[in-house]
Amino acid sequence: MNFSVVGSQFFPLLINGLALGFIYVLVSVGYTMVYGVLRLINFANSEIFMLGTFATAIVSTSVFKFNQNSQPSHGMKLFIVLLCCLLASMATSGVVAVFVELIAYRRLRTKGANRLGSLISAIGTSITLSEGVRILTHSIPVASPRVLSKFYVFKIHGVGLRIDQLLTIASGLLLFIAVDRFVTKTRMGKAIRAVSMSEENSKLMGINLNRVISLTFLIGGLVTGAAAFMYMTVYEQTVFNVGFNIGLAAFTAAVLGGIGNLRGAFYGGLALGLAEEYFSALLGSQWKEITVFVVLVLVLLVKPNGLFGEAVQQTRV
Amino acid sequence: MINLRDKGAELWEGANRLQRTAFALVAIFAALCLPYAGNFSLTNFLNTPISSYEAVLVYPVGMYILMALGLNIVVGKSGLLDLGYVAFFAIGAYTAAILGTHTHLNTWEILPMGMGFAMLAGVLLGLPTLRLRGDYLAIVTLGFGEIVRILAINTPSIGGPNGIAGVPQPPTVLGQAFDITHPDHFFWLVVIMILAVIWMVRRLSIRRPGRAWEAIRQDEDVALLMGVPILRYKIWSFSIGAAVGGAAGVIFASEQMFVAPQSFNYNVSVLILSCVVFGGMGNIWGVVLGASILSYLPERIRFISNAREFVFGLALVVMMNIRPEGLLPRKKREHLSDEERAALKATRAALTASKKASKKASEKASEKASEKAEKEASK
Repeated sequence: MNFSVVGSQFFPLLINGLALGFIYVLVSVGYTMVYGVLRLINFANSEIFMLGTFATAIVSTSVFKFNQNSQPSHGMKLFIVLLCCLLASMATSGVVAVFVELIAYRRLRTKGANRLGSLISAIGTSITLSEGVRILTHSIPVASPRVLSKFYVFKIHGVGLRIDQLLTIASGLLLFIAVDRFVTKTRMGKAIRAVSMSEENSKLMGINLNRVISLTFLIGGLVTGAAAFMYMTVYEQTVFNVGFNIGLAAFTAAVLGGIGNLRGAFYGGLALGLAEEYFSALLGSQWKEITVFVVLVLVLLVKPNGLFGEAVQQTRV
Repeated sequence: MINLRDKGAELWEGANRLQRTAFALVAIFAALCLPYAGNFSLTNFLNTPISSYEAVLVYPVGMYILMALGLNIVVGKSGLLDLGYVAFFAIGAYTAAILGTHTHLNTWEILPMGMGFAMLAGVLLGLPTLRLRGDYLAIVTLGFGEIVRILAINTPSIGGPNGIAGVPQPPTVLGQAFDITHPDHFFWLVVIMILAVIWMVRRLSIRRPGRAWEAIRQDEDVALLMGVPILRYKIWSFSIGAAVGGAAGVIFASEQMFVAPQSFNYNVSVLILSCVVFGGMGNIWGVVLGASILSYLPERIRFISNAREFVFGLALVVMMNIRPEGLLPRKKREHLSDEERAALKATRAALTASKKASKKASEKASEKASEKAEKEASK
């Protein structure tokens, strides 16, 4: 136990935790939205994230010809490069998410299969995608060249906020608000909420179920892709199994906040990001994952439906 | 698709005791002969190209069948989604490794202890968490599996990431040595354990615990209202499943003579769950079939070593799309009385008769026959 580190590093850890937390928030939005409509853990979401990170890396190296020796760009070009990377990442993840739904879930859903059948199908998709990328990249981590020079936006008493962290926090917040507004205010968002309340009744109300579910996957994928882009600007490296830990943490965050609840994912993601940073400073980074799960178990013991979750329907497997 | 399960069940129900015993003995004998199948030209297509076929039969095939049967009690019988089953396997394996290297206990003495520790872990995990439902339980069990693995990595006294080497092998039984040159003996041991587990599960399913699990699986609230002590039977299910996993772990450690945390990662839990669902949840024979295929297939296609996991994932997706309920799904109607069974049989016979009749005669005749069948069914 090293409390002095936490005391002296309180603010740097806070900033790191928030940056990580917002990545978790966006990925767990992907989990929680799909869970909301299908009552299903989308195991392939971690691979949707992984493909997004590769899209970012490929666009910055192949399209804009960045390499390890090139200087970080600035000004208008920087803006364009970042925007293109973000769009590519979001598009890739969004398209893959829709395809995952078509291939792994739709047929099983229309056949009325049990939930575990879909779960295994999703696991199969996840294995296929990550193994496909592993074969293509020969298991070698792909480093993304530094596009954005990492300067400090401000620095007070040695506590600084780096530009990539600021970018992650700001865009994460904006995206989350956008998704939240979409789901609560628009007509399509209302359809998504209706389906998540009752599939049968929303069908009777004339909602096109397939379209709503595809849309949910698309939004989840887009947001996960944005998270992948942010991950790449902060960590600048990706590998075929990068999605595993992020996906696990994001799913834990979704459960922590109460799965199926969009705002729960927000608080859960932030709480998890901060908890990870502080606990690894306190106990050493090798215990990071354990503390995350211990926090989760303790929270679930007190609040069995997560921090903000409503009582889940009883699941029948 | 033909309905293999119904066909099989029909044949089994139609057979008398002698035929059943004979069939079971032949099946067991065939299973025991499997290690030698690689030597004959008729069956040598079973041979695995790179790893030793006899060793593959023990691990992964035998071990995965054993673990899948254990997990089937938890997931298939009582409907509790457990994503951290590998933790019990790890506890069994580490029990064997620690006790085997530090004490003079042999594998047969460690086996019940490994099962006991795994059961204890199951109870300790189950007491606080089995009140949770559905996916919350899934994530907590997943977390438990990861916690056990990370604890093993971060504890230097049990070898940390390097694990424990030199786990003693089981002592000789009836002149049969258990060592690296005799994988067939290990396989026989695993087959005997599998048979014991199958016997246990079959006994349990038709008695009080099995009925309680079935009630919990179908509807927890209704089961509670009918007076089923839910938590107690859930913990029973959890700890019996854990004991099977622990037993598999003990044998695994003494067969491989080495345990390390990387053998117990989350992928193993997922793979075992896939075995259960792929084969057909809740149906023992489905689970055995599913586990055999999913553990054997990656070894058989090892010659495409780079792409075998890819093919495996693809196969999972394709198979689940073709047969969403698994290869051999569970029976839809269980625990019929003799009269009900007779009525069902009569209905089936009448239906097939009416189908044949409708081909020849007019529609009216078939309607009458099906009406008759319905009446008989309602009796």
